[in-house]
Amino acid sequence: MSVASTTKEKKIVINPVTRIEGHAKVTIHLNEKGKVDTARMHIVEFRGFERFVQGRLYWEAPVIVQRLCGICPISHLLCAAKAMDVIVGADRLTPTGEKMRRLMHYGQVFQSHALHFFHLSSPDLLLGYDADPVIRNVIGIAQKYPELATQAILMRKYGQEVIKATAGKKIHGTGAIPGGINKNLSDEEKTFLKKDIDQMIQWSVESVALYKKLYLDDIDRLSKLGSFESNYVSINRKDGCLDLYDGLLRAKDPDGKIIFDMVKPMDYLKYIREGVRDWSYMKFPFIYSLGQEKGWYRVGPLARINNCDFIDTPLAEKERQEFMELGGGKPVHATMAYHWARLIETLHAAEKIKELLDDPDIQGKNLVTSGDRRHEGIAILEAPRGTLFHHYKVDDKDQITMANLIVSTTSNNEPMNQSVRRVAEDYLEGAQITEPLLNLVEVAIRAYDPCLSCATHAIGQMPLKVKLIDVKGDVIEEKVHD
Amino acid sequence: MAKPKVATAALAGCFGCHMSLLDIDERIVKLIELVDFDKSPIDDIKRFTGPVDVGIIEGGCATQENAEVLQLFRKYCKVLVAVGECALTGGIPSMRNTVSLTECMEEAYLKGPSVVDGVIPNDPDISLILDRVYPCHEVVKIDYFIPGCPPPADAFWEVLTALLEGREPKIPYQALKYD
Repeated sequence: MSVASTTKEKKIVINPVTRIEGHAKVTIHLNEKGKVDTARMHIVEFRGFERFVQGRLYWEAPVIVQRLCGICPISHLLCAAKAMDVIVGADRLTPTGEKMRRLMHYGQVFQSHALHFFHLSSPDLLLGYDADPVIRNVIGIAQKYPELATQAILMRKYGQEVIKATAGKKIHGTGAIPGGINKNLSDEEKTFLKKDIDQMIQWSVESVALYKKLYLDDIDRLSKLGSFESNYVSINRKDGCLDLYDGLLRAKDPDGKIIFDMVKPMDYLKYIREGVRDWSYMKFPFIYSLGQEKGWYRVGPLARINNCDFIDTPLAEKERQEFMELGGGKPVHATMAYHWARLIETLHAAEKIKELLDDPDIQGKNLVTSGDRRHEGIAILEAPRGTLFHHYKVDDKDQITMANLIVSTTSNNEPMNQSVRRVAEDYLEGAQITEPLLNLVEVAIRAYDPCLSCATHAIGQMPLKVKLIDVKGDVIEEKVHD
Repeated sequence: MAKPKVATAALAGCFGCHMSLLDIDERIVKLIELVDFDKSPIDDIKRFTGPVDVGIIEGGCATQENAEVLQLFRKYCKVLVAVGECALTGGIPSMRNTVSLTECMEEAYLKGPSVVDGVIPNDPDISLILDRVYPCHEVVKIDYFIPGCPPPADAFWEVLTALLEGREPKIPYQALKYD
């Protein structure tokens, strides 16, 4: 930012952003003409996991790093465990190990997506973006749509029960360990989970239908809100099928053309790097070959549905096909389509859970495997919010000597700035911070389901403060959203 | 009579305690019949609307802003409850207290294998990171402590209902966790 410039620019600050997970604030910078120049979402916390896990024993990593995030701890538990599989030479897990981990992961995707859609985002969609903040929350939903609220609570609860049965505990369990898992599914747990799965699938189908209608009824506005064309990154199974637990990296450009494909996790550094800006604790990942300026990309449900060739569960595949028609042969770029894609994945997760519950392997007795020790382990996983990278080095004494974590929300860092900029361009009236602007900035950020806890490896409430800043760096207006 | 008010905050934690509070599941509906929620990350209320009966704090203090929010909660809340390891002891984030903040920053922003053109963030729009992570009771007076990483949903339920009924909470032995 050119602080020394003599021309006049303005800056808007929004703080705090609530109903998203973590700490952030937004500044909108205006140019000399009073038009939007850039928007910045500042991530204001820092934790330092990369440094303080050094010296810890490798098998402690999964339980330590999952404390990055209490919303999707299973992602970090599993990704660290997968990296440590490489360290202990477990190149192929036992069928019970692999399937229990998958069950755990789909349980988590199910609960996390349900939480995000119903508890955090539906108040905007169902009560209105400009509804009174006192009721514009999950409590307002419970009062106005009691049946939907109950369904939301029970969906999240079901996902949490799957996690408890596989990881031992609803939040910060221990189920995944280097080389496998520490428990299989008991008869009792299996019966308990099977009882409600058909209901969960049914509710998931209805949820997709609910959002689809909301979106299509307001498509002119929602398809533009905070939207722009971008690259997409995700992992897919070798045959191009959507796979949230394991696979190969693929990147597509805004036209849907492949930038890279079939990239193994161990080669990630050749394709993905991170930039740093002095105004945020969250880094800025980019596709190395395209450079920092053009290489930024989006991850998460929208990226995954855009990137995969098909889904291997019938109900979700049908929804995927309908969703992709929106793009007319190209990726769907609408930011608010994230919700739609997220609900397709919720349905997919429910279908997968059902499939796994019927698989006798989840009750197998062979839980752990190992092979020749290695000193470096890299793993990639699709967390609810997007592609997650864990990279560790371990010495002969079993101690971690290096850790590098690129978490999902970090990849959406630049995209969230772009969305805020787009909203500001469309809704900023003069140099005034209006209430609709504040609301829509939040709505656009929330579409990404940002987990800023993970992203800075820090968390807190999510304040939204908008600052309007001029070219000299002077704050013209500052507004706290409340 | 107006319903008692509850406010919550997540400082330097992982949100897991808030998630565990949501794990009371169907009892959420009962809870919102009993209380009104004031400032909390789960709703859209960003400033205190007035005095609050019970404040729930997750996470310790890792930034100047964390400490300010905590002091604000102390000012507005009649009863302040610290929940989870991070609030009680600093928790996992306080593992950084064994090394210098500079080293942690350098590792993340300069030395990381994926970092290109690294720089240590430093801007008036981002919080000042404290030299170390502090547990809540080192910053303000805390009235109750619920241990656990996170405390189980039943522990939250017992403490909240007890405080609302004006009795001392009794967390059953099985729900007292220190993991």
